[in-house]
Amino acid sequence: MKKNLMNDTNNKNKEINEFLNKSYEYGFTTEIESETIPPGLDEEVVRLISKMKNEPEFLLKWRLKAFNQWKKMPQPDWAKLSIDPIDYQSISYFSKPKQDDGPKSLDEVDPKLLETYEKLGIPLHERAKLAGVAVDAVFDSVSVVTTFKDKLAEAGVIFCSFSEAALDHPELIEKYLGTVVPIKDNYFAALNSAVFSDGTFVYIPKDVRCPMELSTYFRINEAKTGQFERTLIVAEKGSYVSYLEGCTAPMRDENQLHAAVVELVAHKDAEIKYSTVQNWYPGDEEGKGGIYNFVTKRGDCKGENSKISWTQIETGSAITWKYPSCILRGDNSTGEFHSIALTNNLQQADTGTKMIHLGKNTKSKIISKGISAKSSQNTYRGQVTMSKGAKDSRNFTQCDSLLIGSNAGAHTFPSIDVMNPSSILEHEATTSKIADEQLFYCMQRGISEEDAIGLIVSGFCKEVLNELPMEFAVEARALLQVNLEGAIG
Amino acid sequence: MTKILSIKDLHVDVGETAIVNGLNLVIESGETHAIMGPNGSGKSTLAKTIAGHPDYKIRSGKIIYMDRDLSELSIEDRSNLGVFLGFQYPIEIPGLSNTAFLKAAINAKRKYQGLDDLSASDFLIDLKEKSQMVDIEQKFLSRGVNEGFSGGEKKRNEILQMLMLEPTLAILDETDSGLDIDSMKVVASGVNAFRNETTSSLIITHYERLLNYITPDYVHVFHNGAIIKTGDIQLAKDLEDRGYEWLTNP
Repeated sequence: MKKNLMNDTNNKNKEINEFLNKSYEYGFTTEIESETIPPGLDEEVVRLISKMKNEPEFLLKWRLKAFNQWKKMPQPDWAKLSIDPIDYQSISYFSKPKQDDGPKSLDEVDPKLLETYEKLGIPLHERAKLAGVAVDAVFDSVSVVTTFKDKLAEAGVIFCSFSEAALDHPELIEKYLGTVVPIKDNYFAALNSAVFSDGTFVYIPKDVRCPMELSTYFRINEAKTGQFERTLIVAEKGSYVSYLEGCTAPMRDENQLHAAVVELVAHKDAEIKYSTVQNWYPGDEEGKGGIYNFVTKRGDCKGENSKISWTQIETGSAITWKYPSCILRGDNSTGEFHSIALTNNLQQADTGTKMIHLGKNTKSKIISKGISAKSSQNTYRGQVTMSKGAKDSRNFTQCDSLLIGSNAGAHTFPSIDVMNPSSILEHEATTSKIADEQLFYCMQRGISEEDAIGLIVSGFCKEVLNELPMEFAVEARALLQVNLEGAIG
Repeated sequence: MTKILSIKDLHVDVGETAIVNGLNLVIESGETHAIMGPNGSGKSTLAKTIAGHPDYKIRSGKIIYMDRDLSELSIEDRSNLGVFLGFQYPIEIPGLSNTAFLKAAINAKRKYQGLDDLSASDFLIDLKEKSQMVDIEQKFLSRGVNEGFSGGEKKRNEILQMLMLEPTLAILDETDSGLDIDSMKVVASGVNAFRNETTSSLIITHYERLLNYITPDYVHVFHNGAIIKTGDIQLAKDLEDRGYEWLTNP
């Protein structure tokens, strides 16, 4: 079959289609019995969520304010996305999973899933947790977490679920919540503010370099964060933290709509590195059943010399809508955005960043790599603003698109506003296609077509993969391969 | 001696155009054959057809490689069975390091042979030794495949890949074109290092120059998609003196 691969353009497309056609065989679902509020959203539901979490009064008030705001807003309509209508009243806004129900050990887990973990190189002690094995059965994992928690406590780092933080550190939550992404910011941020289920809180004290990568893998006290996740990370003066969200293992979720909010605050001389791997269920070949991932992520480089760096690998979801952004408020602050967005079948990704330069001598760097296969649509949308006061600020933007086959789409919408004469901006963009001759070259060297596409794509993404922590980069590379091959016949 | 390649009355079309017309050629193990001929005579078509490029269609005739009909094998299986094509225009694969590419190629072959992946250290030792043979600096190996390479570097890189993959049959498609004399010597010494009684080479070239450094056992003159004359190195020298005209238009 392969030798006829490139017989002619039509045939080629057909072959590539078959190649990309492999269904999402690694998806999985865990049946979880849960305490669930019946579907629907009104003020009572918001009150109930807050009550079930024993939240302090200020948080309830904040949620109600957000709810009232949300009611007044229309759902936005995007030029490049086609979104089926969402029935907000059919969603259940609170669901508390029971922990004691999952499989008791890895022996009870679907062997196909374990095979994927193997392919992705996920360490043994993490596999059990990812597969939903009941926590108390996972001895390895528990001991890892205990050592981990001890180490963090020693450094004074707070790393806990958002719900816990609301109870244990209400003053920090009250001080920072909504300061980077205000309630009114956008429709989905308002919705999240009203009904957010849970999420993560991280606080790094002054001059502390967080002794390890903080990964959601380890946040074991909170098994499922649900569809309206809220994350808040505060780095005090002179501190450093690297945070990893998501995982390369495929995550299936019954909730169609995910509307998360992430807020980062970096004080003077602080640095936050935020890495995401998003691999939620993309839907079947006809696009049915995939997740809508509408996320608002923003960082505030509040102090001088602060730095926020976003790295994201987006391979999942039916629709991805997210623009991790930086407000460069402090003088000499730096914002970075490194992104790989891979779309296959009917997936749509509309992602990019906003770099808002306010302080003097601020710098930003944007590296975006979009890969589109089959009939998917991949859009980079970015904004760089150099305000009046952002003297001598600089931006470098590089947007590269790679097309696989002839039916996929790549689009780039950069927007640039410069309000002072001393700023310097550079923008580079390329669009390329995996060339038949590149595939022939690889295959002549004995490499299968699947592996050749994987190699060419990882080469294309190299600059972004290099930004990830070492062991994560290996997984991410495997993930790109699996999602192409895994999308492949 | 074993028959490595045997081409019988081969006819090849590209699109609607017949390029190779009734070619016969036998290459035994240990032999080096040179194919010479004017532009457009079908030399590169032959090379790509043997490698299995899908644009080149066999209308009739057979290519038998080590007792197997090549037309029944995929591109990568041909490679894994020991057919190597040194490209006339090696393509760039940006961002994919030469090292990673070579490792993937070697391990693909090992997998095909039922062997485990080569250990990283064995691979690197072999790579270091062979890259020195073709005068490729270590820093080149971490650069993207052929990315920003000069013409000479690309061709030396092809020879490096050949040495690393240890094929049985190496087809070099105008590897000498565009090379300065130093690069040509490097390429020639790489090819000579590859030659032994179990391997064979098919060297496609325009000029006799390269054959001063790699002495072929046979020289064939290609014209209109078939071999019109076969001789030894003396034939190449005659061509250098007299051009192709006396053969193609007697």
